[in-house]
Amino acid sequence: MTPPAPASPAPAVRMSAINKRFGSVQANADVDLSVIRGTVHGLVGENGAGKSTLMSVLYGFYAADSGSIEVFGAPARIRTAFDAIALGLGMVHQHFMLVETLSAIDNVMLGAEPHALLKRADAIVRARLTELMGSTGLKVELDAIVGELSVGDRQRLEILKTLYRGAKILILDEPTAVLTPQETEALFKVLARLRAQGTTIILITHKLKEVMRLCDHVTVMRAGRVVHECAIADASVQGLAEAMVGRQVNIGRQGDAADAPGAVALQAEGLTVRDAMQVVRLQGVSLSLRAGEIVGVAGVAGNGQSELLEVLSGLREPAQGALRVAGQAFEPGRWLDPRRARELGLAHVPEDRHARAMVMSFAAWESAVLGYEGLPAYSRRGWMRHRHMVEATAALMQRFDVRPRDPQLGSAKFSGGNQQKLVLAREIGQAPRVLLVGQPTRGVDIGAIEFIHAQLRALRDAGCALLVVSSELDEILALADRVLVMNEGRITGELPINECTEARIGLLMVETAHERQAA
Amino acid sequence: MSANAPLPRWADVVVLPLVNLAIALLVAALVVAAIGQSPAQVMTMLVRGAFGSERGLSYTLYYTTSFIFTGLAVALASHGGLFNIGAEGQATLGGLGTGLVALWLSNTLPAAVLLPLMLVGGALFGMAWAAVPGYLQAYRGSHVVITTIMFNFLASTLLVYLLVNRLKAPGSMSVESVPFGPAAHLPGMHEALAWFGVAWPSSPLNLSLLLALVAALGVYAFLWHSRAGYRLRAVGSSEGAAAYAGIRPKRQIIVAMGLSGALAGMVGMNEIAGVNGKLLLDFVGGAGFTGIAVAVMGRNHPLGIVLASLLFGALFQGGAEVSFEVPGFSRDMVVTLQGFIVLFSGAMAYVIAPAVAALIQRAGRGRNAPAVAQAPGASHG
Repeated sequence: MTPPAPASPAPAVRMSAINKRFGSVQANADVDLSVIRGTVHGLVGENGAGKSTLMSVLYGFYAADSGSIEVFGAPARIRTAFDAIALGLGMVHQHFMLVETLSAIDNVMLGAEPHALLKRADAIVRARLTELMGSTGLKVELDAIVGELSVGDRQRLEILKTLYRGAKILILDEPTAVLTPQETEALFKVLARLRAQGTTIILITHKLKEVMRLCDHVTVMRAGRVVHECAIADASVQGLAEAMVGRQVNIGRQGDAADAPGAVALQAEGLTVRDAMQVVRLQGVSLSLRAGEIVGVAGVAGNGQSELLEVLSGLREPAQGALRVAGQAFEPGRWLDPRRARELGLAHVPEDRHARAMVMSFAAWESAVLGYEGLPAYSRRGWMRHRHMVEATAALMQRFDVRPRDPQLGSAKFSGGNQQKLVLAREIGQAPRVLLVGQPTRGVDIGAIEFIHAQLRALRDAGCALLVVSSELDEILALADRVLVMNEGRITGELPINECTEARIGLLMVETAHERQAA
Repeated sequence: MSANAPLPRWADVVVLPLVNLAIALLVAALVVAAIGQSPAQVMTMLVRGAFGSERGLSYTLYYTTSFIFTGLAVALASHGGLFNIGAEGQATLGGLGTGLVALWLSNTLPAAVLLPLMLVGGALFGMAWAAVPGYLQAYRGSHVVITTIMFNFLASTLLVYLLVNRLKAPGSMSVESVPFGPAAHLPGMHEALAWFGVAWPSSPLNLSLLLALVAALGVYAFLWHSRAGYRLRAVGSSEGAAAYAGIRPKRQIIVAMGLSGALAGMVGMNEIAGVNGKLLLDFVGGAGFTGIAVAVMGRNHPLGIVLASLLFGALFQGGAEVSFEVPGFSRDMVVTLQGFIVLFSGAMAYVIAPAVAALIQRAGRGRNAPAVAQAPGASHG
């Protein structure tokens, strides 16, 4: 597999003066990218910076308006993904391209059957994959149905698939976005091993810590242009962040709560949730939120955090437990509902912006009143007060710096960060006593992260009680005054922020019940 | 080339339907030519039949009226995220409701009181008939497409049963009720115009047309200006977001189906109160199904639905004229022609959208920024 190493080998990929325009948007402007053989090259930038367009040009999805590409020193004309694959390029998309009802090995074989008889083909593929798995450390149960594999397994399978098809240059699009810290760790080991074996890797990401850890070189894009390029030894997280955003950013912790927390604003006791299959998703969770504090919930995604938010916001009724909010008591059978929650001053920024927080087909002003459309300011005797709603939306957009500042624009046309700012503006706009926030900055640019964090802190300082659920540990450490760690549907630890270390929380996040008992 | 450039709104609402209509007419013209008729002659006759005389226009508008009701019914359900295929059955029940009120009260109440009651009766029957599939969808998970289809059959057999066994005029051989009293007669357009001294030939066209236009306005106001309409659209677009907003999706499903059924039920005013003056079989005549095509072609917007209804009304009327006038051009050819329009404007409405979008984009680019227009072959230069 190792390519021959001449004295001064041509770069694995050299893209020169790539231009690509969509309508009035210059997605790539004179972009140069050179990736040295056998290295990991980071490609970073905010959403819409042009990274994906550039890789789509390389992989044959788009034809560039102008510019040239060389692969392993030879001029390449890549018009389809088949051309790209033939040249030794392989892409692992953020959203996996797998058939969920087929087995792992059938997914690898699909479209690349080495023999007309499936049985023979299966044997050939199986032998080759076994060899590949041995040499790379990518382990996947070949006969498992893909739909039953974990996300990490599916990603390993995607990488195996591209390697099987002869990829010598691997393009990974945000590979760690869906992985747990443990899976990320395992992935990085594999990538390091592949690099050692001579594979060239292009890593598209916005997680700068990962770039610093794994990459050899990094290229930073902003607004369609390359704005920074250097060896990793010369890079720093802060420097890269500033290159990405184009100004100085403060994304770390910015001070604790000024005052000691006040009265209890929300109290939950023994919340237990079972899903439709009677599997326990939340087990005996108790917590309290006080005015003027941010409580962070850390944990690997899928350990009950989503269920906790749903129960506390009234979207889901628990099997057992009790809740007190604003002097009202709720118990199963007569649980809180979302409308009542809003009346009690309990606001909620949901984790899933697309499926919950906004109606994507609505105009921005329609999404900006969602859940509050019954307020007297917004409707009277059953009729909507359009002008008031549009004006209120314009004011929210002004206050939260939502761009473009156009209340009539479709909700789906805003970037993730601006959508999130609009949702936050809506929920904060009614001055809640309690605010539940799920994944405050998922899919949000660095500049917007800074802004959103500042808003959450300001809300705390104004006396609101906040619960922030995030799968980004850095975010928890930047925001929280008190940290709860969730694992397997339970709260496995509670720490004041000054006792939190990444290692300590990390341990609480992954420790199994069995290990806890043994300890 | 970005193949999936979005279509500007004006193009989606105006250009695309017109292009689709043109394609449908072109294909229809080919078929007409293939059977040895002159497409030009048939088209001319069709248009003249639909719009060329006061009488033809009246018939066109009479068909249009029922299509507006059923088109609005399908569109309203569609905004709630539901595909209501049951407008045919709901219209049947609507006619039954209208007729029952008339049979019951037409000899005791004056028209000014009775006609509104007949309207309410029809709307309530249609509403109830649609609310049952709505309930089954919301609380039992039975898909509304399946149940509304089944309810069409149920409606038709229920009407047959009632007419044959309960409502048939004693001693009569035909399956229809006794005629209603004069108070139950919704004035025809020629009668209404005569009040103002305007002479207009007699036709089935009646005041329901005005009711249909008011209904279209009402649907518009409901969907885009009322809180209830906002909630209905929220559920139709994103059930998750609606639940988050405190809107109960299950209830909205029943509301959407109920209102949809009420609109379909108003067909009874046109057919039973306006035209027939008695209950009979098959008075809906497929208008419920045409309403689906009308709603799709009208992009689920009341104004679009009125225009699409007018088109289908013209096809019905003009087509009837053609089959009457042209030897060898049977009624089935007219149905074929309608089929092409449904196919190209309904089922395949967005097939050519990317091409139209690309054309518009190219035209726009040629105008605004000629500098970046490049021959596709010049890439990788």
